[in-house]
Amino acid sequence: MTLEKENTEIQKVLEKVTILYAGDSGDGIQLIGNQFTNNTALYGNDLSTFPDFPAEIRAPLGTLAGVSGFQINFGNVEVFTPGDLCDVLVAMNAASLKKNLSRLKKRGTIIVNTAGFDKKNLRLAGIDPADNPLTNSSLEGFKVHEVDITKMTRENLKESSLGSKERDRCKNMFVLGFIYWIYNRSLDSTIDFLELKFKGKQEVLKANLKVLKSGYHFADTSETFSNRFEIKPAEMEAGQYRNIIGNQATALGLIAAAHRSEMNLFYGGYPITPASDILHELAKHKNFGIKTFQAEDEIAGVCSAIGASFGGDLAITASSGPGVALKAEAIGLAVMMELPLVVINVQRGGPSTGLPTKTEQSDLLQVMYGRNGEAPMPVIAAQSPSDCFEMAYEACRISVEHMTPVFLLTDGYIANGAEPWKFPSAEALEPIALKVKDPRAEEDAPYLPYKRNEDLVREWAIPGTPGVEHRLGGLEKDKETGNVSYEPENHQEMVKIRAAKVNRIAKHIPKQELDSGTTNSKLLILGWGSTYGAIKTAAKELKSEGVDVAHAQIRYIHPFPENLGEILSNFDQVIIPELNDGQLIKLIRDRYLIDAKGLNKIKGLPFQAQEIKEEVLNHLK
Amino acid sequence: MPEVLKEKEQNKLTAKDFSSDQDIRWCPGCGDYSILKQVQSVMPELGIPKEDIVFVSGIGCSSRFPYYMNTYGMHSIHGRATAIASGLKASRPNLSVWIVTGDGDSLAIGGNHFIHLLRRNFDVNILLFNNQIYGLTKGQYSPTSEIGKRTKSTPAGSLDHPFNPLALSLGADSTFIARALDRDPKHLKEILLRAERHKGTSLVEIYQNCNIFNDGAFGSFTDKSAKKDNSLYLEQGKPLVFGADDDKGIVLDGFQAKIVSLTDGKTSLDDLWIHDEKDRNKANILVRFFDDNASDASALPRPFGVFYQEDRNTYEDGLTAQLKKEVELKGSPDLNKLLAGANTWEKKS
Repeated sequence: MTLEKENTEIQKVLEKVTILYAGDSGDGIQLIGNQFTNNTALYGNDLSTFPDFPAEIRAPLGTLAGVSGFQINFGNVEVFTPGDLCDVLVAMNAASLKKNLSRLKKRGTIIVNTAGFDKKNLRLAGIDPADNPLTNSSLEGFKVHEVDITKMTRENLKESSLGSKERDRCKNMFVLGFIYWIYNRSLDSTIDFLELKFKGKQEVLKANLKVLKSGYHFADTSETFSNRFEIKPAEMEAGQYRNIIGNQATALGLIAAAHRSEMNLFYGGYPITPASDILHELAKHKNFGIKTFQAEDEIAGVCSAIGASFGGDLAITASSGPGVALKAEAIGLAVMMELPLVVINVQRGGPSTGLPTKTEQSDLLQVMYGRNGEAPMPVIAAQSPSDCFEMAYEACRISVEHMTPVFLLTDGYIANGAEPWKFPSAEALEPIALKVKDPRAEEDAPYLPYKRNEDLVREWAIPGTPGVEHRLGGLEKDKETGNVSYEPENHQEMVKIRAAKVNRIAKHIPKQELDSGTTNSKLLILGWGSTYGAIKTAAKELKSEGVDVAHAQIRYIHPFPENLGEILSNFDQVIIPELNDGQLIKLIRDRYLIDAKGLNKIKGLPFQAQEIKEEVLNHLK
Repeated sequence: MPEVLKEKEQNKLTAKDFSSDQDIRWCPGCGDYSILKQVQSVMPELGIPKEDIVFVSGIGCSSRFPYYMNTYGMHSIHGRATAIASGLKASRPNLSVWIVTGDGDSLAIGGNHFIHLLRRNFDVNILLFNNQIYGLTKGQYSPTSEIGKRTKSTPAGSLDHPFNPLALSLGADSTFIARALDRDPKHLKEILLRAERHKGTSLVEIYQNCNIFNDGAFGSFTDKSAKKDNSLYLEQGKPLVFGADDDKGIVLDGFQAKIVSLTDGKTSLDDLWIHDEKDRNKANILVRFFDDNASDASALPRPFGVFYQEDRNTYEDGLTAQLKKEVELKGSPDLNKLLAGANTWEKKS
């Protein structure tokens, strides 16, 4: 669409902006968050997002419990987190303002939908109507823009044949149009999206487009803002980029690994928050020959994958903590049978059902140790939404090349978060070194399914291959023939062999590197997984303030990179920030006997860079 | 593999070829031996190369079965053989997949996977060894034990109503339901052949005597003196006749099955219920021939044979067709296109 020439000449150029969209869970907040994200990505800003929504699909209307939020941090500089505090808060109702005001910067901007501050909404938010924040001066110091978005939406759609509920549902488009104007954006990406989404629903499409444009023009003509803002495209490495969400990246990593290695991909799983989007994404691409199997429960999910792996497929299951607990026995079977299997744990707050839609890193020890018997498994963790791609690919590689089930850890934060991704070309992706057992003549010596190579890896002999028929099972087996064995010496040896096999993977993974700082820095911040962005931001800011700290982010947790001990030995102080009550720290202390200190946040929320900075400064006092 | 070798395999296989080198560890006198023998002897008749056959089991006495078969096999975990076999069959539709399970494995801990396998109708065969007891854990009552069963875990008698495995299977929309006996090997072999030839999930319940913990549980169907009066062998298109001298029959009175005498001159063979495996309504009544008190003269005999058979699309055929259709709709896989997604932008250096 061509927009009329804007009457506002002045454009204020900003380096970085954080917007928090907040409203009722039925207000379409996630949708406009995602729309703004795609638009921002296409514009060329670096960005990071944090969707934060209630576990209930329709939590009680207007209440604090029902508030849904979507935070985006974007800029023309490198962006590693969704931002600590926001510059702009969009509040669709009283509850969303009350819940999020503390996350707004001093002198920040608030855009409120005044219709969301009537008596009823105030009461639902637990605010005394006499104490309406829009009238009681509690918002002094902030730049408040009051717009009756609901009313304007209704006005726009007076002529529409849609019902009143459907009309009101368009109000998120008003907000989106409004924000697009402020940040000097084209509406095209959202117009394209709406046209696709409401194909065949002309009336709904018309209404949404009308309200979107109306929001845009209203911002323009109402002179609510004296100027518009521009955040110039970011300086990023040259290449092709796209926007990517973590779970989507995980799914693409799996598909790419299978496709490049000419393997069939099988996914067996059961719906669970926040992992289901991996299944959804895979199911979209069945033309790649992907077999997705929505099983009757978590156990059947992993067991079907084990069956497919026995059949020679690249087999995957994904879940979150509660589902992984259910799968534990079957994963132990895969350890025992030494079959490839990738198990993805998209962590969420626990224990038990815990905080299903909130993030946490509290399943590390579960995946390390949560199986009966001595059942060691490789564990790796993704550090950002786009890194989910690489680590999913790595999980497949390790699993197949070392004939072992592998755990890949991500979490709700990076699984639902988005960032620009300089995606690779297919040709640049190294195929997995797949070695399956060839047919052999029956007359040869008996087939030994547990004979191993120098990495202690056994062969993958797949049903359908003549001459290598064999039986696998959960019972302890003789170290070569694979026959059931209860021999005491054999059992001890097999336990040691299975552990050594996993440990030898260390020879086939990248060495640990420092993300920033040097081995001469005063202190090392050692993170793992999704804390990467917050720690990186903190380290960068500390450096600019003259504080010399180093940062290393571990992605390979079991086995650790071979040189990790050497790196750690350079530092007098090591801080380990984790979104749990101290789990990696136990592994580090156990393995390297160092006096690392923990920084633990267990609020269902990611770290803010500020929190890490403060902790570092405390240690350096 | 050289073509010659392949030919040799298919042509000359005998039951012995399907016997692994492992010592069999079931108790002497166990009904499992007879079943193993029949399975091994039926294998060469299937015309399926040995390497294309897979036995998957769970946990329990019966689940040791795969170790004794010289095919591919997996002795998995308790209750999950059905789920594992589902994944295997989905990934490799051409394999002949056999699930060996027991009454505890399939109906207690594995009950959920069992019913879901049946409704999905993967083309696999389930051999459900029913001995109405937990053998491997040394004698606790099972989901098929009769009420009042006194075992180590129920010294005062069990309280729970037993499952009727065939009624459960029919309820889960199984497409092939049959019952056989360890002590009637000839019949068992026929049923195994039928099971393999059925396209879809074939559920074969096999009454299996546990001579250690539940000896004689099926005596009324196996003891010479009693079996003819208590068992009814189903044959497609044939009237339901049983009794020591084939002197009794079954008629259908409304929805009620009744025993009639064939010697009192009142009823002839033409009046009897004619077995029709395709008749789901009749199958529903047949699976309910489940009276426990076999000494009661009015008690219905226990049927053996194929109760029901239906042709319905298998899950794996549906899956294969869907994947093919997706390629038609979306085109051949293009990884570069997938990685790029719908919206990209370029950063120039």
